[in-house]
Amino acid sequence: MAFLFHLGRYALFVREVFRRPVKHRLLLTQTIKEMDVLGISSVGIVVIISFFMGAVITLQTAYNIELPFIPKYTIGLAARDSILLEFSSTIVSLILAGKVGSHIASEIGTMRVTEQIDVLDVMGINSVGFLVLPKVLAMVFLLPFLVLISMGIGIIGGWSAGTLTGVVPSNDFIYGIQYAFIPFYIVYSLIKALVFAFLITTISGYWGYYTTGGSLEVGHSSTRAVVVSSIQILLFNLLLTQLLLA
Amino acid sequence: MIEAVDICKSFDGNQILENVSATFKTGQTNLIIGQSGSGKTVFLKTLVGLHQPDSGSVFYDARNFTSMSKKERIEARKEIGMLFQGSALFDSQTVEENVRFPLDVFTTQSLEERRDRVNACLQRVNLENVNDLFPSEISGGMQKRVAIARAIALNPRYLFCDEPNSGLDPKTAIVIDELIQEITQEYNMTTIVNTHDMNSVFAIGENIVFIYEGKKHWEGTSEDIFDSDNKALNDFIFASKFFKKIKDHR
Ligand SMILES: Nc1ncnc2c1ncn2[C@@H]1O[C@H](COP(=O)(O)OP(=O)(O)OP(=O)(O)O)[C@@H](O)[C@H]1O
Ligand SMILES: [Mg+2]
Repeated sequence: MAFLFHLGRYALFVREVFRRPVKHRLLLTQTIKEMDVLGISSVGIVVIISFFMGAVITLQTAYNIELPFIPKYTIGLAARDSILLEFSSTIVSLILAGKVGSHIASEIGTMRVTEQIDVLDVMGINSVGFLVLPKVLAMVFLLPFLVLISMGIGIIGGWSAGTLTGVVPSNDFIYGIQYAFIPFYIVYSLIKALVFAFLITTISGYWGYYTTGGSLEVGHSSTRAVVVSSIQILLFNLLLTQLLLA
Repeated sequence: MIEAVDICKSFDGNQILENVSATFKTGQTNLIIGQSGSGKTVFLKTLVGLHQPDSGSVFYDARNFTSMSKKERIEARKEIGMLFQGSALFDSQTVEENVRFPLDVFTTQSLEERRDRVNACLQRVNLENVNDLFPSEISGGMQKRVAIARAIALNPRYLFCDEPNSGLDPKTAIVIDELIQEITQEYNMTTIVNTHDMNSVFAIGENIVFIYEGKKHWEGTSEDIFDSDNKALNDFIFASKFFKKIKDHR
């Protein structure tokens, strides 16, 4: 029952996000501000995580296929596909669901419990759209770029780990990442990033917006936002994979 | 003039307001008083349409606000200014941006014109040189004044204040009360103030509505209060020894 209630209210919420937007100039400045707060500030964490994950993926692949008749470049190839297909879109989105999602839910939740949202409503501003649309636009625009950065850094991490430990020579790795390259994998990942960005921002906005009570409840909303958006990312990952790659 | 007619409101089967009717006059500071939890905030939010009443209507100068279409209501909202219980300033914006916000959204004025208006409003509430500070950097009394400045930025015809002086020392509280009263007279607004502060009741209470357990129990001026034999009202107003003494002294 609760599930259906939230699903219905979420659907109405999403419709409200796109209704009666404020002046374009104002929307643009808000969106740029959100890009900075949500997207640009996440570059650091994306870079660090991608580098280490790329390194670990490469080493694990190497240690798991230590058979003499499998050529070394296979390691580069396997690491590349893991990074392009799953890691850079899904794992990075999951991590950002934690960082960005909790940020959005607690910001909007605090505005709710301190009556800042009432201020917007009393003025006749569409508070859902005003607060959430810039965040949706900012993340939908930036997450694909973050995913691209993650792909690049992940592969650099893999190469570094491979050459430094000596498990895969530089030449073999570089040959491997070019071997049987399917460009659609990148498109597939970027499509997923767009969907995940939309899910993270709207779901977190939803939980923040419907906070009632005080600071304790803001904490609850923030946790819910992260949990629900993570689960939805996993679910949609499954759906999109079947849809796009099958 | 704002008129509430037979307002009923409940949350989850919990009746908060029961057939409340009241008239609030233009150019006056109208007070709604009652103890904590009696439903003052719910009543005020119903008057401005933040809560939809279960039954009953609200009239703004004979226009039925409750039955307006969404579009008409958005238009009507431009004439409403509201001050919330906790100031409700946008914490991510400076004082100037907070006061400028309604102008940014609703006017086509140039930045310079908007800035002038912001400064005029801030001056009206006796605040200077705080334009670039954030709400967290100024005192509670100053926050209330910024919130008043924001509420009057668009020259509203109707001003709603939810406990404008809660959490303030008696002296600052009086300054805020008098400010609201002056502004009301100056711009001939219809002002409604929620309060449980007895000082306000006697200082600016031109028309007082007493809410008790979700019902209107009494209505009158601050002068009438001394002669009322309404028990709930007397228990509320003269709860403190000090005010009881004043009453006995008369
Ligand atoms: N959104 C809501 N949902 C459910 N119950 C509510 C809601 N808003 C208020 N109430 C209930 O309505 C009652 C009256 O609350 P209200 O905030 O109007 O009191 P108040 O007179 O403003 O008190 P105070 O002086 O402490 O601000 C309370 O019992 C409160 O729990
Ligand atoms: Mg209240």
